[in-house]
Amino acid sequence: MPDKTLTAAGVVSALRDGMTLGIGGWGARRKPMALVRAILRSSLKDLTVVAYGGPDVGMLCAAGKVRRLIYGFVSLDAIAVEPWFRRAREAGAFEARELDEGLLQWGLRAAAMRVPFLPTRVGLASDVMTMNPEFRTVRSPYEDAEVLLAMPALHLDAALIHVDRADRLGNVQTLGPDPYFDELFARAATRCYASCESLGERLDLAHGEDARCNLIERSHISGVVAAPGGAHPTSAPPAYGWDLEHLKAYAALAAEEHGWQSYTRQYLAGDEREYLERVGGVARVGALPLPVL
Amino acid sequence: MSAGFTLAELLIVAASEAWRGNGEVLASGIGIVPRLGASLAKLTHSPELLLTDGEALLVEEPVPLGERGEFRPRAAGYLPYARVFDCVWAGRRHAMITPVQIDRFGQTNLSAIGEHARPKVQMLGMRGLPGNSISHPNSMFVPSHSRRVFVAGEVDVVGGVGYNPRRWPPGASARHLDLRYIVTELCVMDFGGHDHAIRVRSLHPGVTLAAVEAATGFPLEAPTPLATTAAPTREQLEIIRRLDPHDLRASVLKGNPPGSPARSAAPSA
Repeated sequence: MPDKTLTAAGVVSALRDGMTLGIGGWGARRKPMALVRAILRSSLKDLTVVAYGGPDVGMLCAAGKVRRLIYGFVSLDAIAVEPWFRRAREAGAFEARELDEGLLQWGLRAAAMRVPFLPTRVGLASDVMTMNPEFRTVRSPYEDAEVLLAMPALHLDAALIHVDRADRLGNVQTLGPDPYFDELFARAATRCYASCESLGERLDLAHGEDARCNLIERSHISGVVAAPGGAHPTSAPPAYGWDLEHLKAYAALAAEEHGWQSYTRQYLAGDEREYLERVGGVARVGALPLPVL
Repeated sequence: MSAGFTLAELLIVAASEAWRGNGEVLASGIGIVPRLGASLAKLTHSPELLLTDGEALLVEEPVPLGERGEFRPRAAGYLPYARVFDCVWAGRRHAMITPVQIDRFGQTNLSAIGEHARPKVQMLGMRGLPGNSISHPNSMFVPSHSRRVFVAGEVDVVGGVGYNPRRWPPGASARHLDLRYIVTELCVMDFGGHDHAIRVRSLHPGVTLAAVEAATGFPLEAPTPLATTAAPTREQLEIIRRLDPHDLRASVLKGNPPGSPARSAAPSA
């Protein structure tokens, strides 16, 4: 069987300018940040990003990588509005396609099911319709004849997710209390890449008892990347919480004219190993307390 | 402990009333006052309500706010976000949130101020407002009743949908649209007026209808005589203080004013 092990740079080399990229996680929770940082270090551009956004979206906006953003919110949780997203949005730096949170997963589900759309009431009578001018309604073919939104499928060229465990075959396990929509991102994508806290030979032999934590069949996983601490500065429960100190410093830089250059210089100049050293080492990341929600 | 009560505590009790008699629905109070209101409702008049631990667990004992010390949530069930949307779309939820803008139709905005093509101020985004509002009962908590919140005309971006016929495409169904209460630091309102117009239900102690009207960007209906919002009972105050051991509720209103400004504040029972 094929060995799906890749490096983060290897994942980025499989991506192309102009692609539609889905990013798993939710706000400041379980974001595949090591993979996002690899994109930030690359020349990749003109991306359409689909996400329940957090610092992944904020950083990609700050770096000018985003042409179009499909989102329900962009938040750092403890800091309600992602400041780099706000700054880019107010500058008109990208095309905004704002959705209801539930509508976003509905579009991913349509893509996962390989149907052109799924019907729903959600979005009707709201500015979802004006912010997404291509959206159309359908009339129920049954007796009720109700008019519904035909939520178009959100096809992804690639999806990036972060998991706790993976093996070389592409089996993955997510141990946190909420898997968010990582499964649907994987199913909606032509290819899905998973970074992981720990990479082993065989999950069946090592952690078969946790099989219910397997969100998605390995046939949907194109590559696995060993990235301990790879969700930092977002949380990866139960392994570690978000790094509020780092998020606050990152957020504060959004108020400075050359703030992004400062952040890049300070944290992204080297590789991922260097990044982890600069944020205090993988031991510090692993000891970050889980947030009280 | 003082025998009096704060305005924030009175608001928590008023908020809890939104969930009275709702049946077995998920009570989602977002923010300090709504969350304490939902928890208070479960511990007093509506024990059948469902609550979460703030993350992915359903609990039968409300989780106190902030650092929990020895308290550990005990899970009665599981409700990750994927199932929250199932619950929302099935209508088995009543949420109370704090929109940035509300208009006369009950339309709400959490998204942006200004043109949505190029907003003056970008905020959170749609979040779940379109889906919540079109699927299940919703209430609102407003800690700063003003014309900036209760806007003239329409909200800048319609997230939560309302009773505005011009927004509904022909053939669409508004049958699950069900806006309930608006609790502010001045009064409690509902949508019981003509054609679901917003109507004042009760004024908080010491507040006049004129003051409410002056702080609202559109006309309000008001029955006469107007009731005064109920003061918290001793039992309610004890529960609130247990649910909020770090007194986060003191930060909700500027200066943390007393609940009964006109006279020496004392609980009603």
